[in-house]
Amino acid sequence: MCLAIPGKIVEISPESPTTALVDVVGVRRKIDLGLLQDDKPVPGDWVLIHVGFAMSKISEGDAVDQMRTLRMLGEIDGAMQEVQGYGLEDGK
Amino acid sequence: MRYVDEFRQPELISKAAEEIRRLAGTQRHYRMMEVCGGHTHAIYRFGLKDILPENIELIHGPGCPVCVLPMGRIDDGLSIAQNPDVIFAAFGDMMRVPGTQGSPLEHKARGMDVRIVYSPSDALKLARLNPGKHVMFFAIGFETTAPSTALVMMRAKAEGIRNFSVFCNHVTIIPAIRAILDSPDMRLDAFVGPGHVSTVIGCRPYEWIAKDAGKPIVISGFEPLDMLQSIVMLLRQLQRGEAKVENQYKRVVPWEGNSAALRAMGEVFQLRPYFEWRGLGFISQSALRVNEQYAAWDSEQRFAVPGIRVTDPKAAQCGEVLKGVLKPHQCKLFGRECTPEHPIGALMVSSEGSCAAYYNYEHRKAATETSLSSIS
Amino acid sequence: MPAHPATIRFRDPQIEMAHGAGGKASRRLVEGLFAPLLFDGAPTPLNDAACVELSGTRVAITTDSFVVKPLTFPGGSIGELAVNGTVNDLAVSGARPEALVVSCVLEAGLATAVLEAEIRAMAKAARAAGVRIMGGDTKVVEHGKADQMYVTTTGVGGLMPGVTVDAQSVRAGDKILLSGPIGDHGITILLARGELDFEADLRSDTRSVFPLVEALVRAAGPGVRWMRDPTRGGAATSLNELARDCGLGMVLFEDQIPVRDMVRGACELLGLDPLHIANEGQFLAVVSPEYADAAMNALALAPGGSEVQVIGEVRKQPAGSVLVTTLYGGSRIVDMLVGDPLPRIC
Repeated sequence: MCLAIPGKIVEISPESPTTALVDVVGVRRKIDLGLLQDDKPVPGDWVLIHVGFAMSKISEGDAVDQMRTLRMLGEIDGAMQEVQGYGLEDGK
Repeated sequence: MRYVDEFRQPELISKAAEEIRRLAGTQRHYRMMEVCGGHTHAIYRFGLKDILPENIELIHGPGCPVCVLPMGRIDDGLSIAQNPDVIFAAFGDMMRVPGTQGSPLEHKARGMDVRIVYSPSDALKLARLNPGKHVMFFAIGFETTAPSTALVMMRAKAEGIRNFSVFCNHVTIIPAIRAILDSPDMRLDAFVGPGHVSTVIGCRPYEWIAKDAGKPIVISGFEPLDMLQSIVMLLRQLQRGEAKVENQYKRVVPWEGNSAALRAMGEVFQLRPYFEWRGLGFISQSALRVNEQYAAWDSEQRFAVPGIRVTDPKAAQCGEVLKGVLKPHQCKLFGRECTPEHPIGALMVSSEGSCAAYYNYEHRKAATETSLSSIS
Repeated sequence: MPAHPATIRFRDPQIEMAHGAGGKASRRLVEGLFAPLLFDGAPTPLNDAACVELSGTRVAITTDSFVVKPLTFPGGSIGELAVNGTVNDLAVSGARPEALVVSCVLEAGLATAVLEAEIRAMAKAARAAGVRIMGGDTKVVEHGKADQMYVTTTGVGGLMPGVTVDAQSVRAGDKILLSGPIGDHGITILLARGELDFEADLRSDTRSVFPLVEALVRAAGPGVRWMRDPTRGGAATSLNELARDCGLGMVLFEDQIPVRDMVRGACELLGLDPLHIANEGQFLAVVSPEYADAAMNALALAPGGSEVQVIGEVRKQPAGSVLVTTLYGGSRIVDMLVGDPLPRIC
């Protein structure tokens, strides 16, 4: 379940601080920020949108970390295999 | 699309698939259940089964809120909307789900006022725009969606909007997972956890799966790289003999969940003592109902509901497919009496139901295995 | 098709909206009820236009009804759709569109200004497409019996020499061409209805595709096997129909299917597949491999053809189906929908 898409907060509605205009590659909609009142997003923040509500802020830092991990997939283990092949890991 | 395209990069997907093949080896057969219907849909949409090794079996779980809704509940909702002053509002997902007298769309064709909404807020807006009518929002979804329904009901109360009510069919994920693990025919090694539900409930509610049932669970995002990375993490746990809860979807899922969302749910809903899940039977404490403070916005309090239980045709094996005991094409009715055009069960109607996904995306692929590389 | 006995295979007790959506249900209605009773002597499979021979001249004739809500939307209105839709059906049948007649069913209470605007739109579209609107009919029904106006256009054109559109001529190895980005029209209409509260700077792609078809035929006529304009039901429906009609498989390369960012964004948000979304200014063509390059070059140079793409090829398998493949080796079958695509949240 749960189709949720990342979108960028363009502006908070002047009439209603719990409503924001969000943009997804040029498609715009007003969404409700009521579920993020404990961690209010500001324009420029990216949020996860589900049924017209912002569910969570997207952490750029975590996304970058994840991409780094994904790029290294196979490389660390590959290197470990090589090292194990030399029998070095136990200090033998 | 930012935060989407990065996680669909073909080279990285191939790399992740390679790593999975390396880790999975050939000796052991792994059975992993993806709980959430959105993950089922993603597996088919991105063709992930094509790039996973044969010895990793993905079993589709019951996390499809449309699929597990008993037909009687749809009849109940539609019976309220028979009243010409009532507008039946629901997500698109509900529109083709068959009740005993037809689906919401079929009722619309016969003159019922049925509207598709993208958000529960839109349903409330309909109520504001149609003061002479009553808008009944047919609410479905797991914990991902329930907080939004709750917040909209809080707004209705605050604004004194009386011509609006919610027919609440929200269900909770943990009891469903428990029912799967309690099922005697079920042999599972690990779980791919529902990423979006977890933005609300966090990762703690799954700890018993690791501690008590001894199964690894990785809370996963929905892009191909998310799911593949989750499988890598599960394989690593399984090979080290570990069982813990890990959060693959860190960029969006907070370990502690969303307190404002949980508060909204607590303000408006309470747990039903039990609820019938189509195919799984009655599960206690597994569904939400509107509480007393919001009775004026509870369709079941505002209107008389027939409450007739409709049993599924015996031949339909929805339950076994929902539990992952049977694959869709193993159900006797699959592709014959039960097709997307004439669905018997909701698993064939809902776009994330495993039967519909299998039928729409998969079942004619068997012949292509040998020929994808050749033109002949 | 046997003239006797007519075998009605359509068993639904009543007509539902799905029967008009252009997908599976529509096909069942046409093939199961209309065809056995009406289309005596019609070719199987059924094409966009019927071809008849009148005193030695081969002529294509086609008709289409336009029922659209709202009447006007960014990029066009019902008037334009009514002209371009029929012009395009003639074009993809290999005919040079010549003349149209228009039939209107008007709802009592319709503002004359609204009607006038649509008639002007039809005139403008006809001029742009180089066709003459030569007559028509008007009926008025009671208020509430028509959504403001329903328009039907019937068009006729001479079949161009050097091209035969025939699903049976399609062969494994043929290339599948698409004239431009898909999904613009359907998403524009969906957003214009206002029910979903989304906004985007999108326009309907309604236009006559005849100039492109003409360029294609001139450069690659002998290699053109089949053409269709993917309207309701989208490219997926047209290609599924072809796959079923010729018994071969349509294999598409996902990364080569042109879709505008905004259409993609709207589809992701609403859980829709661009392949199922209606288009009003695009066409699909299946061209033999020997003529594919000439076809692409000619189209790319023709006005409005700059976004043409080879999106796939015909193969033996999966027979009767459409398969979309990705660069990383994943694939999925894309079937026709039963009815209209519906937004989803799950």
